[in-house]
Amino acid sequence: MRSLIRTHATEFSLLAVIVVISTVLSFATANFFSLGNAFDLLNISAVNIIFAVGLLAVLIAGGIDISFAVAASVVQYCAAIVLGWIGGGGWISGLLIAGSLGVLLGCVNAFLIHRFRIISIVATISTFNIYFGLLMFFTRGVSIYDLPDWLTDRVILFEHEMPDGTWIEITLPVLVMAVCVVATWLLITRTTTGRQLYAFGDNPEGARRFGINIGAMQFIAFGWLGLMAGIGGLIQAHYAQEVVPNALYGRELDVLAAVVLGGARLGGGKGSVLGCVLGVLLISITQNGLNLMGVSPFAFKMIVGAIILIAITISNTRIERLLAFVGEKGAGR
Amino acid sequence: MTTILERVKTALGPEMAGPGLAFVAVVLVFGIASPQFLSAATFGSVAFQLPELGLLTLAMLLPILTGGLNLAITFTANIAGLTVAWVLSENGGVDAGVGILIVGCLLAVLVGAASGVVMGLVIAFTRAHPILVSLSMMIFLRGLGEFLTRGGDISGFPAFVGPIGHGSIAGIPVPLIVFIVCVLGWHVLLGRTKLGFNTYMIGSNLEATRYSGINTRKAIVLVYTLSGVMCAAAGIIMLARFNSVRIGHGESYLLITVLACFLGGVNPFGGFGRVIPVFVALVVLQLLSSGLNLIGANQHLATAVWGILLVGVMILRWLASKIRISIIRKGS
Repeated sequence: MRSLIRTHATEFSLLAVIVVISTVLSFATANFFSLGNAFDLLNISAVNIIFAVGLLAVLIAGGIDISFAVAASVVQYCAAIVLGWIGGGGWISGLLIAGSLGVLLGCVNAFLIHRFRIISIVATISTFNIYFGLLMFFTRGVSIYDLPDWLTDRVILFEHEMPDGTWIEITLPVLVMAVCVVATWLLITRTTTGRQLYAFGDNPEGARRFGINIGAMQFIAFGWLGLMAGIGGLIQAHYAQEVVPNALYGRELDVLAAVVLGGARLGGGKGSVLGCVLGVLLISITQNGLNLMGVSPFAFKMIVGAIILIAITISNTRIERLLAFVGEKGAGR
Repeated sequence: MTTILERVKTALGPEMAGPGLAFVAVVLVFGIASPQFLSAATFGSVAFQLPELGLLTLAMLLPILTGGLNLAITFTANIAGLTVAWVLSENGGVDAGVGILIVGCLLAVLVGAASGVVMGLVIAFTRAHPILVSLSMMIFLRGLGEFLTRGGDISGFPAFVGPIGHGSIAGIPVPLIVFIVCVLGWHVLLGRTKLGFNTYMIGSNLEATRYSGINTRKAIVLVYTLSGVMCAAAGIIMLARFNSVRIGHGESYLLITVLACFLGGVNPFGGFGRVIPVFVALVVLQLLSSGLNLIGANQHLATAVWGILLVGVMILRWLASKIRISIIRKGS
């Protein structure tokens, strides 16, 4: 148990923070600690978790991607147009189209990074601007509301009325999210490719000398994120029941904050699916709790930002270092 | 002749090649494509638009040189602008005096510095990644601003605020003067002072710098503080130009400033990069968007072209390094 805690320190400290916040919230509000609210939380965070596990693969491989949220918007828009052409389609064709478009956009990043040795943050900031600029230029910022019926209809996979009259429901986004999470978990912990991703992220040159195909690693990591961005984009369109070109603009930084909060290291070689899911959930739970407490929505972001700032300060500071800091200060006087 | 060339080369540095080439290319292409491009009007519009993005880019530059990033710049600028607006409206609004404005600006600089100090302390003492620290600071400041303004505009400033944003002294726009003073300040800071030297050293190798007896924590805190101060300057200029303050003004500049730094040859991992190439890169970006405007495209297409330009410059750098390696191999 002790070694488990030591190897998964970030996950456990996040879990502890979530438990503390949840306890406080369940005393402060009447509705927080209910099954119905828990399922609401899952429904709300589904899209972000899909993005987050995709981004995790890239962070493990030592890269960073700023462009995925905008890529998801491009996928949404293109998928909506393509589905219009083929006359409707269905979930299978929709996911296939969105997924392959996403992979394509992800591979553009991987190509730039691998072929021309551009550092990932530079390459993805460029593609961020290219994707977003072209999307807004060609669409003129016009939204699509005329989506196929199957895409806008809510799909409820499981519903159950609780004794107190509230409904718990599991909707399609949650199922897709679960599949994405499990698939990512399998990829990075149960396959050779996953181990290679960790090795590559930790030490690219070492991995290369070991015989790992580093080009393939870039394409797998960014392709995986592209796939997740595509799927997430389609699910977001399903959830919002519309396609707005700049709806996901700015989402990339929120997801990045959540994933890094969940223990993924910027620089590669470290990170877990559990931590990444917990990171997203911590932020969702905080927002949800504040909402239920009747705090003004304008204050949400302020409090969430402060919580992340405090969380990283605490999680990066070991007690000894804090003591050393105090000692140093004393010596300075 | 060759010695002069060599001297020019060393004076400009290797970072200058990318933005320099891009500058020549942009001027040539648009000069041919549109007869109005090489006119006073274009340069006037560039001169007025440059400072906002430019000041924010300067704020981004210092953290990048230390190997970090400051994603909170745009909202720090907003909050600083908000401080000025608050001081003005608390003290008479439209009838406020010049003294009030100066007090407001001083407070704004303090607010910007405060946000930088907090980030700098967290980064220096916990070794948390700067991206994450500044990201959470950005979310916090955006929330704070939205909470204070309820998402609305604040306007109604005295008449003398306008000229700071639109006025000219001897034909040179006031914002441009402020910007050029700041560029020169940063140039001197990075090239001539101890802090500038430490900034480059920290970006190259933090541990080695610390073992050389340099107080790296102090330097990092100072770097982020100065970045915050520069944000405050940008916030004041933005307030004067729009004659109002809204949280979210200039939000889209955030990643453009990073793009401008990279285009200016700054090393993404820190340690290398100079102010003047970044300045040229900024001019190139503004010329591009003005030129595209002239031939009838909008800002969104310009954004896409900025991205393509960065990729192009990066590919050219890669090609140049390939060629250099093959020449060295042939030589030996």
